[in-house]
Amino acid sequence: MALSDQAVLSLSPGFRFQWEPAQQTHVLLFPEGMVKLNASAAEIIRRCDGSRTLGAIIDELGHSFTGDTVEDDARSFVERAYERGWICEARAA
Amino acid sequence: MSEDGFAKPAPPKPLWLLAELTYACPLQCPYCSNPADFDHYRDHLTTEEWERVLVQARTLGAAQLGFSGGEPLIRRDLETLVARARALGYYTNLITSGWALDEARLGALKEAGLDHIQLSFQGPQQQLNDRMAGAAVFEQKLAVARLVKRFGYPMVLNFVLYRENIDRVAEFLDLAVELGADYVELANTQYYGWALLNRDRLLPTRQQLERAELVANEYRRRLAGRMKVYYVVPDYYEDRPKACSNGWGNFFLLVAPDGTALPCHAARVIPGLVFPNVRQANLSWIWKESPAFNRFRGFDWMREPCRSCPERFKDFGGCRCQAYLLAGDAADTDPVCSLAPRHGLVLEAIRRATAATGVEAAVSDTGLIFRNVHNSRRLTAPLERSPLGR
Ligand code: SF4
Ligand code: SF4
Repeated sequence: MALSDQAVLSLSPGFRFQWEPAQQTHVLLFPEGMVKLNASAAEIIRRCDGSRTLGAIIDELGHSFTGDTVEDDARSFVERAYERGWICEARAA
Repeated sequence: MSEDGFAKPAPPKPLWLLAELTYACPLQCPYCSNPADFDHYRDHLTTEEWERVLVQARTLGAAQLGFSGGEPLIRRDLETLVARARALGYYTNLITSGWALDEARLGALKEAGLDHIQLSFQGPQQQLNDRMAGAAVFEQKLAVARLVKRFGYPMVLNFVLYRENIDRVAEFLDLAVELGADYVELANTQYYGWALLNRDRLLPTRQQLERAELVANEYRRRLAGRMKVYYVVPDYYEDRPKACSNGWGNFFLLVAPDGTALPCHAARVIPGLVFPNVRQANLSWIWKESPAFNRFRGFDWMREPCRSCPERFKDFGGCRCQAYLLAGDAADTDPVCSLAPRHGLVLEAIRRATAATGVEAAVSDTGLIFRNVHNSRRLTAPLERSPLGR
């Protein structure tokens, strides 16, 4: 299941990412479901827009967040999001 | 819907709004969860009134919006409401039997911004489907499923299970594969409304359930990554009740066709509660302040054994409507729970339904009460209604 750094990521069909004013949080909406995203998850999902590769997304996050584990955390979140079907591969770069 | 845990300090928000646009439906499913007396509520909300509901609920935090009914496609203003909802930021779900949905209408709905369509089936092939639906709709459903796919929607199929079709789960799943479904819900009938009236003829046996679950699990494994398969067991066969709506007035808000606001589908049946109507009150007051929405909120209303039970945070003592419908008291422990003083009622229901299986089950639908206006009037003369029942 491992995604390559060249994989271009986008939200799966039927998924929507948005800010919820009443909850003061970003959410992912999909058929009959909703998940709240914390700040770093939201920054990742925001970038799964069909134009960036996984490598580029991780790179950009490294610039906006500091800490030793940013890259590992981001990768494991992406893997989980992919396994759950929230995001998919748009096309091979 | 997943949430970040129970988040007790934050006041609950109605994250899920279910808009039952009409009680009219061309189908007659005997397992329908609409109230048996639906025909008494004929004064349906207007387009403007629904728009007000959408705005008010969105302000309170509603994000998921289901349009259901009856059959929501009967409303000609559905496109208008979808467009309005979408502009407000809702994720819009259409919950339909597929009746009369053609290319032009689906195109208009798509343009209005509809996010998702859930299509229900009564049976895996024409004969059984149409007999239970009380109408010749199977071919139409297949056509709708193909349209849904063609318009690029994720396809969510809902198969309602009952005694006569539960042995055919494999056929259902084959059909789902053939149609290219993305999600399949194998939803055992829940016994409210019409389903409760027909319980003796709908409730499967434990053996049937176990077999069906095995089949569902096998397909789930085989189709992993291609199609998600959900299997919803009927709570009668569980030791613990379902966490009904994740707690009364906790995140689910239903507005019925006549504007009555309810914390769950069946709540109207509970006597002694006055459910507010969106025509008379603002949803903010209804959700936060109204006595009805606060009656079973949280844990203070509970009696023993729930009151001191560690599982109360998980199941909220089960379903209030089921407690009323089965035990005659909405503040009782849901009789589905094996710790409930009246758990015997559920065992008795299972025994009766199972005794009825051998003889008639596979043979015919004799005795099934179909959901239609005629039966609604026959079964629920206005005088029998509790004066507080609306
Ligand atoms: S369950 Fe059947 S009868 Fe009831 S609203 Fe749905 S399609 Fe109509
Ligand atoms: S006693 Fe009440 S809280 Fe405990 S498991 Fe049963 S229904 Fe749930």
